[in-house]
Amino acid sequence: MSMKVKTRQVDGVTILDLSGRITLGEGSVTIRDAVRDVLAKGSNKILLNLGDISYIDSSGIGELVSAFTTVKNSGGELKLLNLTKKVHDLLQITKLYTVFDVKDDEATAISSFTK
Amino acid sequence: MADSTTMRVSYTLDSSLDSVNKVEQIAEDFAARAGFDEDTVPHIAMAVREAAVNAVLHGNSYDTNKHVTASFETTTDSLIIRIADQGPGLDPDTLPDPLAPENILRGSGRGIFLIKAFMDEVNFRQLHPGTELTLIKHRTPAQPGT
Repeated sequence: MSMKVKTRQVDGVTILDLSGRITLGEGSVTIRDAVRDVLAKGSNKILLNLGDISYIDSSGIGELVSAFTTVKNSGGELKLLNLTKKVHDLLQITKLYTVFDVKDDEATAISSFTK
Repeated sequence: MADSTTMRVSYTLDSSLDSVNKVEQIAEDFAARAGFDEDTVPHIAMAVREAAVNAVLHGNSYDTNKHVTASFETTTDSLIIRIADQGPGLDPDTLPDPLAPENILRGSGRGIFLIKAFMDEVNFRQLHPGTELTLIKHRTPAQPGT
């Protein structure tokens, strides 16, 4: 199953609702393109909703990290929302859980972005 | 009921992402049949996927003239998986630590780390040419076959 992205705007934050798998050759490129498109449109407050991500591999983790640094280097913020247990555990193992700003409630996540 | 009978199967595959997905699925099925629990089976499958990605991408560089071999074996106390490529070879001692502060924000380099995290033993063997990874997961006392 490939990855799908739905984009929506809430209070100046671009939310990318991701579903499916983030793996080499599937979701990795999709995330990269989606984040690049958001930045190109002038928005740099991005919330990745991973609630429907069923699987992620090391390439997918790397893509999340790359997205994080790309947005940060552009002066913006990228946060993660609704991690599944699998993704949560992977970020713990790789010590990335404290690198990302991880939220489990959308409203709280939206209000946490710099105004 | 899980089958703990000792058995072994081998595959020769193209250097493609389809092969990676196929090996991952085989690993998942094999681990489940070997009696590993629902938390461990996805970890084994992910470790095998990462090994297959290394073989296809970093080993064989998607070269259509090179193949990846994968073998799956259950013994009375372990699941043993071997993934081999025909690439230039890999020295595991030269791999950077992905947990080091200077590497934590790198966009790659976590595959071998995850394999080691999810398997009980990981061994590298240099082929001529290529690299063979042997991934071993031991059955726990609660599982059949011990």
